[in-house]
Amino acid sequence: MVKLKKDNLIIAKKKFNSRLIVGTGKYKSMLECSKAIKLSGAEIVTVAVRRVNISDKSKPLLMDYIDPKKITYLPNTAGCFNSKEALRTLRLAREIGGWKLVKLEVLGDKKNLFPDMIETLKSTEVLAKEGFKVMVYCNDDPLMAKRLENVGADAIMPLAAPIGSGLGIQNKINIQIIRKQTKLPLIIDAGLGQASDATIAMELGCDGVLVNTAIAKAKKPFEMALAFKNAVIAGRQSFNSGRIDKILMGKPSSPSKGII
Amino acid sequence: MKKIKKIKIKINGKIKTINENSHLSGLLKQLKIPLNKVAIELNEEIIDKKKINKLKLKKNDKIEIVHFIGGG
Repeated sequence: MVKLKKDNLIIAKKKFNSRLIVGTGKYKSMLECSKAIKLSGAEIVTVAVRRVNISDKSKPLLMDYIDPKKITYLPNTAGCFNSKEALRTLRLAREIGGWKLVKLEVLGDKKNLFPDMIETLKSTEVLAKEGFKVMVYCNDDPLMAKRLENVGADAIMPLAAPIGSGLGIQNKINIQIIRKQTKLPLIIDAGLGQASDATIAMELGCDGVLVNTAIAKAKKPFEMALAFKNAVIAGRQSFNSGRIDKILMGKPSSPSKGII
Repeated sequence: MKKIKKIKIKINGKIKTINENSHLSGLLKQLKIPLNKVAIELNEEIIDKKKINKLKLKKNDKIEIVHFIGGG
């Protein structure tokens, strides 16, 4: 059998086997969420920081379903619209139990959920100085990606398309330019709709993808979780294999010599 | 017998009446908050969970208790 070289995803010096990161939102239940995560093979999951419901304690806790000792929690700042809110959220997240690896997401407008890159850049710099390992949700803008890298981001996470839109990668060229200019982990975050979108991201040379809605809201979330797992593996293997050049004309696959 | 004075505080946006000089730790215990799964803010400052025994609550204190939930 052919033995493939070990190909881990490394973020902030931590090694992961899976290149698929999944969100834990929008599932029908915690049980469905934890089963989908298992099937996806993801080792990192994003989580949100919210108020504890002090009047109703019967609600199940995420930590009871997804063991933070086995799966890396990636606290996010979803719902934050400025740097102050985002910093407050992540400082609290760190306090819950020492989480330093975080996903920064500062949104700019409620309609499109595009990132506010000025606030994002400011926050990245502060967080990096405070010792956080910051994975940054950003636009697919190579200049901004470079600036994030310069202020200490640990991973660049450009959107494929608006959050939850399911449109897939809209600007492949920019993603490729960002890939060329950075050695940081490049992870497509937001906007994927189906498994093949993840394959495309990986074939463009991305180090991983982050998916939530496309799995959680699929008619069959478990099957979609598995599909994304396979799609990411396929895309990565395809990228590592070195694809053939594109040509305009046909070229026969069978030898032309010896034709009867 | 001296009557215990009551004070009002805000916890996760809700007003709660408690005894004056209550400790934060006592309140958290009463609310059955699993300390290892939450972070706590008192008047917008993060509280070191190891030091909650020493903290006495004052009138109009604002407490926020947060935890992780599902999110993308």
